[in-house]
Amino acid sequence: MKDKRILVKGVEAIAFGALEGGCNCYFGYPITPQNEIPELMSVELPKRGGVFLQAESETSAINMVLGASAVGARVMTSSSSPGISLMSEGFSYLIALELPCVIVNVMRGGPGLGGIEASQGDYFQAVKAPGHGDGKFLVFAPYSCDEAYELTAKAFELADKYRNPVMILSDAILGQMKEPLTLKPLKIKRIKKDDWILNGAKDRPARVIKSLFLDSAELAERNRKLKKKYQMMEKEIRYEKIFEGNEDIIVVSFGSMARLCKEAVLNLREKGYPVGFFRPITLYPFPRFTLFKLAEASQRKKRFMVFELNCGQMVEDVASSICGRGDTYSVFYPPSILPFPEDIEKEIKKCLKYSNSPKV
Amino acid sequence: MPEVFKLPKSLKKNIFHYCPGCHHSIVHRLLCEVIDELNLRDRAVGLASIGCACFLYFYIDVDIVEAPHGRSCSVATGMKRARPELVVFTYQGDGDFAAIGLGDSLHAASRGESITALMINNTVYGMTGGQLSPTTVLQQKTTTTPLGRDPKREGFPLKMAEVLSNFEGVAFCARTAVNTPKRVIETKKLLKKAFLAQLENRGFSYLEILSTCPVNWKMDALSATKHVDKLIEIFPLGVFKDTFGGNSEI
Amino acid sequence: MRFEIILSGFGGQGVLFAGNLLALAGMYRGYQVSFLPVYGPEMRGGTCHCTVVISDKDIASPLVKEPGYLIILNLPSFLKFIPRLKKGGVALVNEDLVKRDEIENYEELTHHKRVIYVPFSSLAEEAGAPLALNLCALGAFNGLLKLFSEDVFVRALKEMLGKSKAHLFEANFRAYLKGIEAINKV
Repeated sequence: MKDKRILVKGVEAIAFGALEGGCNCYFGYPITPQNEIPELMSVELPKRGGVFLQAESETSAINMVLGASAVGARVMTSSSSPGISLMSEGFSYLIALELPCVIVNVMRGGPGLGGIEASQGDYFQAVKAPGHGDGKFLVFAPYSCDEAYELTAKAFELADKYRNPVMILSDAILGQMKEPLTLKPLKIKRIKKDDWILNGAKDRPARVIKSLFLDSAELAERNRKLKKKYQMMEKEIRYEKIFEGNEDIIVVSFGSMARLCKEAVLNLREKGYPVGFFRPITLYPFPRFTLFKLAEASQRKKRFMVFELNCGQMVEDVASSICGRGDTYSVFYPPSILPFPEDIEKEIKKCLKYSNSPKV
Repeated sequence: MPEVFKLPKSLKKNIFHYCPGCHHSIVHRLLCEVIDELNLRDRAVGLASIGCACFLYFYIDVDIVEAPHGRSCSVATGMKRARPELVVFTYQGDGDFAAIGLGDSLHAASRGESITALMINNTVYGMTGGQLSPTTVLQQKTTTTPLGRDPKREGFPLKMAEVLSNFEGVAFCARTAVNTPKRVIETKKLLKKAFLAQLENRGFSYLEILSTCPVNWKMDALSATKHVDKLIEIFPLGVFKDTFGGNSEI
Repeated sequence: MRFEIILSGFGGQGVLFAGNLLALAGMYRGYQVSFLPVYGPEMRGGTCHCTVVISDKDIASPLVKEPGYLIILNLPSFLKFIPRLKKGGVALVNEDLVKRDEIENYEELTHHKRVIYVPFSSLAEEAGAPLALNLCALGAFNGLLKLFSEDVFVRALKEMLGKSKAHLFEANFRAYLKGIEAINKV
């Protein structure tokens, strides 16, 4: 059978991805610009024998996710920036309790109520400190409908594999734009959970899932175990690069912003400018080593231009990844000021002018 | 010789860490007896909430998950919706259920979630050192109301059983105490009913149990137990809603 | 091959519907497409617009600074987007709501740009579907560019209307044909 191609919004692609990934429970609370996800799930999940429930708040929603996860469901929630802040206590517990789930954040402008325009202002919150304590989770940043579909489906497998939440970090441009999505069947593994879920202590000792460790040695051990898990997640690192080795400038960007940047970079490359492109797809773990290798690829010192729809966040990860092997520039656009590819080209050319290197 | 006394199967043989005169241990035991008698151990999942009873799993031998403070009813909702065959109960204090978790509790009740919620009401925050709780009675001194609860400043005690009795989603709702042998026996009956409501999928069931906190009340065990009678004047015992019909008087 | 189109008009003129339909028809024709609606605050400024890109290659940016084509349904949209139209670009403008003599610096605004006036509102009324001026505009657009066949368009329109609005197909399609007819006369 030919794969079905449909014209959908990014948020709908995420919802279809979740269904393909085996999601059977959804809990959430409405917030713009991601309402198409709960709306679609409220139709699709009951049809498939799944559970959809609109909670009374994001706080409740994430705790319903916690409960469903503890009893073995493939469960997700979705929200946008202010709602994600409300959920962050729950993220910390989910990580501590080692409960898998998928969380979608379709970012909007902040701080506070901010606005509903596209933003990438929650980068730090997602990759550095999703909740209190040392907890981390895998963060995927899709940049197209096809990628949103595939990554969301895969997120369910990886959540189960690591027994840890996985976040899909998107934004209002990808969320609200429509483009074709190929609804192809994916090979998403079902991971057995019978050895840890709570389903009644029948013919086995009772199980406890807890995060309180008053014994300090026990808590330290716990954190070491979690840290090891985060290191294991480095296997999941994904990125896209356009790079041959001689480029003077490497444009680094993620999510929707990376689409605008890619357009600019491709245009410039066509005209012979020495510009490369790097797009982290996993934001945590961050592709540090690959970036370091790029910086070291030739003798000439490179310039890393980091384009973001915020006041400059990922640039810090880029700078720390290249360990001084190149220069890092932050080109930032606060929420609601979207640059066009032409504007990005201009920025890159400006930066090229300062370096005295000739065109390739 | 007939056996007249034995430990419930679901009760672990750990020594209770609770303070002398605290009623948690009595309620734990009753809970285990009911789990045994209704034969629920192999499908029960309990929610340990934040408060003195967060160590529920030291004593009760069923599957248990720790819920964030106040969120037990939401966590229980997620569990029950995902696996309706489970018997899900929460074990919460008055701060957990009626202060920080009030929204979660009321909405779960209003949705008629088929779960059993137990609220142990001792009118103070026990674990954190005896601060004001939503159920602290007027004039009661706590570590954050050193002059006593003044309704002009801290408002009035929240009466959850009365509140919940008005909810259409609530199938069973009662308040009881365990400070006399008779009341212990009655509490067990009500506890059983609270679980039966879930087993019959009637809706949300709620049992509030007046309890002591001798240390934070600054009383000895005996006076604290007697003091519960004073609380009963403010928080009357009884069945406030019962969809089973019939006579459920205490 | 790459077409970049901005459609703009009052809220309620069906601009987002038309943009979505255009992208869908493009997809059915086998092209890569993107449809970027503007939502929220900008809607309150009197105009509502969306950007459609149709290409035979992958589309990186769904955002377009200087489109090659404009479909303009009202005056505020004209004033807002004509300056952004690429040199040599084409604007299809609703003659009923955009009067040349009401625009002060008309010559300057439209320098090196091709502006085609079609009375979309009255044509839609003639077609018996006054609300379908958006379809009329799409007819003119496709009549001009011949991006997709009638079959492809009909399939996309039926998909967009769905079951609940299937009864509106005839009227909408009539308006579409009126648009083609009108552009052929220009």
